Amino acid sequence: MARILMKGNEAIAEAAIQAGCRFFFGYPITPQNQIPEYMSRRLPQVGGCYIQSESELAAINMVYGAAGAGARCMTSSSSPGISLKQEGISYIAGAELPCLIVNMMRGGPGLGGIQPSQADYFQATRGGGNGDYRLIVLAPGSVQEAATLTGKAFDLADEYRMPVMMLGDGFLGQMMEPVEIPEGVDLKDLPAKPWAAQGWTPGCGRERAVINSLYLDPASLEKHNQHLQEKYDIISAKEASAVCEYTEDAEIILTAYGTMARIVKSAVQLARKEGIKAGLIRPVTLWPFPNAAFNKVLEGGNTKVILTVEMSMGQMVEDVRLAVEGRVPTPFYGRTGGMVPSTEDVLAEIRRLKEAL
Amino acid sequence: MAVVFKRPDSLNDIPSHYCPGCTHGIVHRLVAECIDELGIAGKTIGVAPVGCAVLAYNYFAVDMLEAAHGRAPAVATGVKRARPDNFVFTYQGDGDLAAIGTAEIVHAATRGEKISVIFINNGIFGMTGGQMAPTTLPGVVTTTSPYGRDVSVNGNPIRMSEMLSTLDGPAYIARVSVHDVPNIVKAKAAIKKSFQTQLDGKGFSMVEVLSSCPTNWGMAPQEALDWLKNNMIPFYPLGVYKEVQD
Repeated sequence: MARILMKGNEAIAEAAIQAGCRFFFGYPITPQNQIPEYMSRRLPQVGGCYIQSESELAAINMVYGAAGAGARCMTSSSSPGISLKQEGISYIAGAELPCLIVNMMRGGPGLGGIQPSQADYFQATRGGGNGDYRLIVLAPGSVQEAATLTGKAFDLADEYRMPVMMLGDGFLGQMMEPVEIPEGVDLKDLPAKPWAAQGWTPGCGRERAVINSLYLDPASLEKHNQHLQEKYDIISAKEASAVCEYTEDAEIILTAYGTMARIVKSAVQLARKEGIKAGLIRPVTLWPFPNAAFNKVLEGGNTKVILTVEMSMGQMVEDVRLAVEGRVPTPFYGRTGGMVPSTEDVLAEIRRLKEAL
Repeated sequence: MAVVFKRPDSLNDIPSHYCPGCTHGIVHRLVAECIDELGIAGKTIGVAPVGCAVLAYNYFAVDMLEAAHGRAPAVATGVKRARPDNFVFTYQGDGDLAAIGTAEIVHAATRGEKISVIFINNGIFGMTGGQMAPTTLPGVVTTTSPYGRDVSVNGNPIRMSEMLSTLDGPAYIARVSVHDVPNIVKAKAAIKKSFQTQLDGKGFSMVEVLSSCPTNWGMAPQEALDWLKNNMIPFYPLGVYKEVQD
């Protein structure tokens, strides 16, 4: 496909269509409205269906229904709306249904604000709903990466039969960048879903479908959870991903994801011009968290400190500390509520750390 | 020997968890008979609620989804939009449909979602042990209205069939009862009509079934059926509330 200028929200929507998504259920909320708007325009053109639901609760449960019926489907929202979807996300995880959920984060808590934020990291990576479950959480750092990861998100969802969340922020959704949307898949090539509800007759060659998350017998429920955990262990081993830049000889490692990582990268480059050996680890998967990238720089022996930078009061930093296990200091710098650290702010932090080394 | 009465093919041959005297069994049977008689079992997808009928997915011998509390109409919407050629029904109680799931049922109805809804109204939360429902009649004692439902405190019961029939989306809405055989026969006819409405592509349909809950009403089964007849029907009149003609 041609390289065109698109907003992140639109790029995700078109990439989803190209990935074979034909069903979108959503409810308007800023700053992700271009996704439902784009879908409402495009899906009827490709034989799909857009429904504006009465609430986020309904939207995520429509996803549960369509995914349970075997369709590639998605919803999108922003922070307070994602909170409302948590009940359905927990059920989808419990019933092992594949789908994509996009969260273009805004400031919180509560109604918060509409400016970009990264304050939903805990909710995304810890499981915002009830029960022992995980989402695969992807954090694109550019419009192009958002488009590329959208197709991957659907594939991961189908492969592991679980919900995948795309965690962006208002910046990523709203900014325009050149993007090449990955070529469309043929719907006939999408994975078969013999487990889906599609109409059943005795002797039709498969078990009757029961899409469900209820296990009243405690031993059965524990067994179900052990099955989910085995799946999560495989994903942790296989799917964690991070991009490392300037880390080979770095004394000061910075780590950030999404939009924040772009600002941090600029600060790292400026620090390098000043002779400061700084580097960047940008997690692309937030769950599973890319511990290996941190182990690698720590085993290299040059790293003296790892600074986590977020548009929050400090959430991913907890995963960084779990990965680092106290081997080097792990300070935090962040702004929140829609306030975004500037390149100069981050550079000042790097200089401070350099002086303290 | 000729078989004159048998279990419908669309009901699994397993014990149910319903209490003795509960009318869920009757309604399950009517739904299954209608599926069998219309010959649609192979394309039926059912959506079970949270409530006493939560385990309906074990009983109906069709593909089933178990929805979160109140969300069955949204789940059914997703199923039907993804598979418009399938026959999709929900089976919901009064807490599920008329309290926590009010938004979902109203909007599925007003969208004219081509699904069939079986709505069991027994005026009580059965599964959780007899708490007040949105449909509990004034003055009735439940575990959360121990002095009797006081409408000045708890508000008034909600008449869903009347309310939904004001919308343009529904094609068929009826309220029936299963307190005696003549009414069971009428209930079956309404359920079949509702299913045919969907098969004909006309739109949303709902059959509200006045039902008894002997266990949580604290009555013997026949006493409960009599109570239904004498108390619920005057408050919830039977009849067809909406029927779109061809």
